[in-house]
Amino acid sequence: MTIDATIPPGKDKPTGSILNDPKVRGWIYQGITLLLLVLFVYWVTTNTIENLKRANIASGYGFLNGRAGFDVGQSLIAFTSDSTYGRALVVGFLNTILVAVTGIITATIIGFLVGIGRLSKNWLIAKLSMVYVEVFRNIPPLLVIFFWYSGVLAVLPQPRDSLALPLDMYINNRGLAFPRPVFDAGSQFIFYALVIGIIASIFFARYASKKQMETGKRLPVLWTVLGLVIGLPVLTYLLAGMPISFDVPIAGKFNLTGGSVVGPEFLSLFLALSFYTAAFIAEIVRAGIRGVSHGQTEAAHALGVRPGLTTRLVVVPQAMRIIIPPLTSQYLNLTKNSSLAIAIGYADLVAVGGTILNQTGQAVEIVSIWIIVYLTLSLSTSLFMNWFNAKMALVER
Amino acid sequence: MAKRILTALIGAAVMGIGAQAASATTLGDVKAKGFLQCGVNTGLTGFASPDASGNWSGFDVDYCKAIAAAIFGDATKVKYTPTSAKDRFPALQSGEVDVLARNTTWTINRDTALGFNFRAVNYYDGQGFMVRKSLNVKSALELSGAAVCVQTGTTTELNLADYFKANNLQYNPVVFEKLEEVNAAYDAGRCDVYTTDQSGLYSLRLTLAAPDDHIILPEIISKEPLGPAVRQGDDQWFDIVSWVHYALVGAEDFGITSANVEEMKKSTNPDIQRFLGVEADTKIGTDLGLDNDWAVKVIKAVGNYGEVFDRNIGTGSPLKIERGLNALWSKGGIQYAPPVR
Repeated sequence: MTIDATIPPGKDKPTGSILNDPKVRGWIYQGITLLLLVLFVYWVTTNTIENLKRANIASGYGFLNGRAGFDVGQSLIAFTSDSTYGRALVVGFLNTILVAVTGIITATIIGFLVGIGRLSKNWLIAKLSMVYVEVFRNIPPLLVIFFWYSGVLAVLPQPRDSLALPLDMYINNRGLAFPRPVFDAGSQFIFYALVIGIIASIFFARYASKKQMETGKRLPVLWTVLGLVIGLPVLTYLLAGMPISFDVPIAGKFNLTGGSVVGPEFLSLFLALSFYTAAFIAEIVRAGIRGVSHGQTEAAHALGVRPGLTTRLVVVPQAMRIIIPPLTSQYLNLTKNSSLAIAIGYADLVAVGGTILNQTGQAVEIVSIWIIVYLTLSLSTSLFMNWFNAKMALVER
Repeated sequence: MAKRILTALIGAAVMGIGAQAASATTLGDVKAKGFLQCGVNTGLTGFASPDASGNWSGFDVDYCKAIAAAIFGDATKVKYTPTSAKDRFPALQSGEVDVLARNTTWTINRDTALGFNFRAVNYYDGQGFMVRKSLNVKSALELSGAAVCVQTGTTTELNLADYFKANNLQYNPVVFEKLEEVNAAYDAGRCDVYTTDQSGLYSLRLTLAAPDDHIILPEIISKEPLGPAVRQGDDQWFDIVSWVHYALVGAEDFGITSANVEEMKKSTNPDIQRFLGVEADTKIGTDLGLDNDWAVKVIKAVGNYGEVFDRNIGTGSPLKIERGLNALWSKGGIQYAPPVR
């Protein structure tokens, strides 16, 4: 590209050297920066490849098809030491997603409760919420994780003296064991019933709100939805001859056998991330609610709307516009903080990747996979939240 | 950890330029900077652990000191880089450390795909299991259903999977990155079984709250030849690291100790004369790029192999590990040094 071509047909003629034209200068600076960046990336890449070759280190992603040879304690999909490294990474990835998604849901619920609690007129609730926020916000997340993990390990009994909970559940320092449902033939109808119930509920809710808009009559939405979502599957379960049985945990030689177990690693990471992030979300929620002009509340009260309905229908919808953008950052933080799992041995992407890195020595490849996965996760969360934000945003006329 | 991998990556990238600018050999580099950068364990009693004032000691640490003594005649010219099982290899690959003396098992994968060289085996080890006495377990074959604590990124982790699979036993791995975390988890009762190299188990048992409540099961399920590792592509450096070990073993064979090495220089035995570099016109050290009396310096610094063993992990230490396989070949073990000739 020649410089001449970049001179725009400006309003004023260049008075002196074209180098004094700010637009041309801009182009030149950007060009130089881009060139330097490309050169830097090129230099790093070729140097790395060259050095790996010189050090006789194998490179490439072919190793992902190799036999893993190690076992993973917590896995959502079937995994044995005969599975591939690639599958091990998928196991780690799913574990990361699991703790991130459950953590985000819990953190949001706790965060909203505490955030609204801080604004409560009840002195005790407000102060308790404040203490919660100040404590959790000011401790590093790793310490919170250690706190829960050591707490879980130190307080809970050995497997032989497991605490029995209702519904055949047991808790000990190996985790929470609960009966695992075994789906026999015919149980698929229950699943179908659930799906039908949910779809029907959505249609009913829409119909109800339309009806209310037109006639002002309110239909019993809550009870109908409950009936459809819970009642229908239960009815099907009874009609199909109770096809679900339960595999109950029983004491084995070392651990409880049978049933499903949620390990203390997951529990402590999940609790720590939820409680830690909830403190930040609480503050965001408080800021959002405070950000809605008090005149809105007064106007609602003047119209005779009750306080509870005012919060739900007037304040919170407007507060959401302020809340969502910073909330996105907290979700991303929680997802990224989940990589602290490695400190307590939860098999997340970083932990499993680290194991593979060590067994194969493919440091560059594994680190690149980590970067790509976390980047993709974060960008997807961002995209979703941007979409949600756009939906909630003020519709300007 | 992440920081170290990043350093390794940048190191890998920058190495090209660095290597061209400085001397082409590791020995040259080490001499130029004036000290040996040695990768050791983060803390394994008897093998490598720092004391309250930050002075390192242990079996592997003595190898670092011995190599430094061979090069500089001064065992203190070592800087230690504590590495976890996971970041030890990037540290060596990137050139962050000159030699990795970190109870590392010699395997074909590490010798080839990872780009390292092993030759001297300073400790013949094997993987074992430790359990609480109260479990009443007498053999590893009774461990089906147990939760097993293991350090990630080790051959141990792989042997464990293979052993349980081969014997059709179920287990639940509880995996940590750092040795201290594995210890804490086992001590807290998170798992029933602790598995690592047997030497490690003896060392770790000492750090538990009640060492006498734990027993080490008789089974050894793997071969774990431990030894110092170097990067491929520098044969001279590889030779130096290997021969420092052989000098230690050779010295024990000849009966040379740190106490009598000066007297032994007057020995009339030609083998010993050659070994200690007192033979006329010898090139025994210069061929390695060292001084001819390098073996003397090594022995003065740390003693012979038997002394190093006893002081750190053997009868003279709290670990009290038997020499076993690590006795000299002439005494029923398999420690054997090639002739110095």
